[in-house]
Amino acid sequence: MDPSTAIETHELGKRYTLGVSGRGYGTLREAITARFRNPLRRSDDGGEPNQLWALRDLSLTIETGEVVGLVGHNGAGKSTLLKILSRITEPSSGYAEVTGRVGSLLEVGTGFHPELTGRENIFLNGAILGMRRAEIRSRFDEIVAFAEIDRFLDTPVKRYSSGMSVRLAFAVAAHLEPEILLVDEVLAVGDAAFQRKSLAKMSEVAQAGRTVLFVSHNLAIIQALCKRGVLLERGRVQADGPVGEILDHYLAGLERASAADLVEREDRDGRGWRHTVLKKVEMVDASSGQRNAVVGGRPARLVVEVTELLPGLECRVVIANSFGQPVAVLDSEVSAPADSRDPELGPRLECEIPVVPLLPGRYRLDVGLKANSVIQDGLQAAAFFDVEPGVLEGRPMAGEDAEGSFAFPHSWRLPP
Amino acid sequence: MLRPIDPATPSTETIRLQPTRGFSRVLAPRELWRYRDLAGQIALRDITVRYRQTALGGAWAVLQPIGFMVVFSLIFGNVAGIASNGLPYPLFSLAALVPWTFFANALLLGSDSLVANSALVSKIYFPRIFMPAGVIVAGFVDLAISLVILLVIVLAWGYVPSLAILAVPLLVVIAAASALGLTAALSAINVRYRDVRYVIPFAIQMALFVTPVVYPSSEIAEPWQTLSAVNPMVGVVEGFRWATLGTGNAPWDLIGISAASAALILVAGLAYFDRVERAFADYV
Repeated sequence: MDPSTAIETHELGKRYTLGVSGRGYGTLREAITARFRNPLRRSDDGGEPNQLWALRDLSLTIETGEVVGLVGHNGAGKSTLLKILSRITEPSSGYAEVTGRVGSLLEVGTGFHPELTGRENIFLNGAILGMRRAEIRSRFDEIVAFAEIDRFLDTPVKRYSSGMSVRLAFAVAAHLEPEILLVDEVLAVGDAAFQRKSLAKMSEVAQAGRTVLFVSHNLAIIQALCKRGVLLERGRVQADGPVGEILDHYLAGLERASAADLVEREDRDGRGWRHTVLKKVEMVDASSGQRNAVVGGRPARLVVEVTELLPGLECRVVIANSFGQPVAVLDSEVSAPADSRDPELGPRLECEIPVVPLLPGRYRLDVGLKANSVIQDGLQAAAFFDVEPGVLEGRPMAGEDAEGSFAFPHSWRLPP
Repeated sequence: MLRPIDPATPSTETIRLQPTRGFSRVLAPRELWRYRDLAGQIALRDITVRYRQTALGGAWAVLQPIGFMVVFSLIFGNVAGIASNGLPYPLFSLAALVPWTFFANALLLGSDSLVANSALVSKIYFPRIFMPAGVIVAGFVDLAISLVILLVIVLAWGYVPSLAILAVPLLVVIAAASALGLTAALSAINVRYRDVRYVIPFAIQMALFVTPVVYPSSEIAEPWQTLSAVNPMVGVVEGFRWATLGTGNAPWDLIGISAASAALILVAGLAYFDRVERAFADYV
């Protein structure tokens, strides 16, 4: 392998077998009876019907020092690829060659033990992330200073505030010096401060000439950090090139998908019982009735149609800008006195928005559905809508090139 | 904060990730050596956490065998009048309970170790064998404590261990090897079939009576007495009595058979673990 190559995959494939109980748990009895029914069949026989190729013939070369953003729908194989590269799971076919120490930026507190003190956890967590003991010892003071926890070094981590745990976890991770850094959507978890720190860390890693492979639904972050983008679809590389082009390609695909029948879509969130699923999501202009185009400062109605009417339906809609950066959340579980349940409504939920405060542009809706507090379905980019320039309380809202996402009512008092 | 990569130092070696066949994972000494620091940290964690926030702490390591000794002495020694090779029944049973408790706890905690650490297993790579092995290493601390207590009680009772006590490390190795082989296999099965969790406590209780803990193996008729040593704990338990109480003849025949059996269990357990290890993250 060329020494300047950090990661090279060659026709990489990963196959999952879906068991009777969905996730392949199965019980011992199932396995034993299956073995008695088909005594000659090997358990990992190739020709089973319920098999899923999460990755298929994926060939990709990443040079040392490249910062690559991986994008794709849910289930496109992004996380599976990172899992193979970090050796958590093995490929089913093909191979990958990795040169250099691989580190992952993990969810906060993975590998922390609540009963252990801060000091003990620094050593444990450092070892888990792949640091040598001597390395941890030599950076110990730096880590403690960075986490700002020196007074609580000998307190069990279970007594830490969540902010302290986050700082400690991040401090350990920040002092790991991998040649290749894998980041899977960590920026989606943790508080805003953690996200900022992670982001700063990532650009620092990138500038230090290290290789970064980055998965996120937040396209703005991908665009800001990465030079190269790779679009995965159904476990294959669909497009590979400069990040701007790849994101355009991906967004165009998302919009095509939202135009199709939502029930047919397969990129649904993994969790969810699916006793009822999303059928249609629309943002409707309340006065003109126009679909998926609303006017800033005017009323609008969000309509979510589902396949089955179940008791206690709730939904949570994230409005994101076209880069996937969330700008607002409409959550029916956070109730207000004006909310109502209407027996005449049918299998749908409606949300009245008296004034659309969004600046002009294209927005997308990520929708999650619950019934009686049980998650049913989730779909990212379920719909897109445009906001046209409007007037808010007599004041024209800023145009397309404006900074920010929102306008709100305001008035000035000025000297004459 | 972050040092740039020094271009003068050549990049580290290339690792090829591909579908593996055969027993290449557990039996990969270089890989295990590379992750030795993590192995140490996991064992240290298991030791530290075991009795933290318990009122009695490390005393539990002793209370468990002592408690059984008292109960067994009352029931089997006094009421049932089971033979004890002419030894005081409390000593007779405690010398067996010390290695037995080590073995039983290793099985109980070790078989759940992969599932209990699923957050790590599904997010980080490390040689998975460290999880069950860490539990067993942590068990050595308990074993050492209870061994000291055993010797104190033996001396207080007026018995003086002979040079046979030098055989204790060998017996511990036999017990640890069979415990590692069994927990490796059981923890791996537990990843896919949580049935293991319910079987283990039950099986350990059964095994207590199959092993000569409350009775001497001399009560068993030949050839069953010798054959029973395929249960590796038979040799360990009888060996412990001989080695720590300083009486009777060396049961080398039992120890020999048990050692061979333990070696077989270890190899088979690790081989099975190795075969299924690659799929843990997909199931856990």
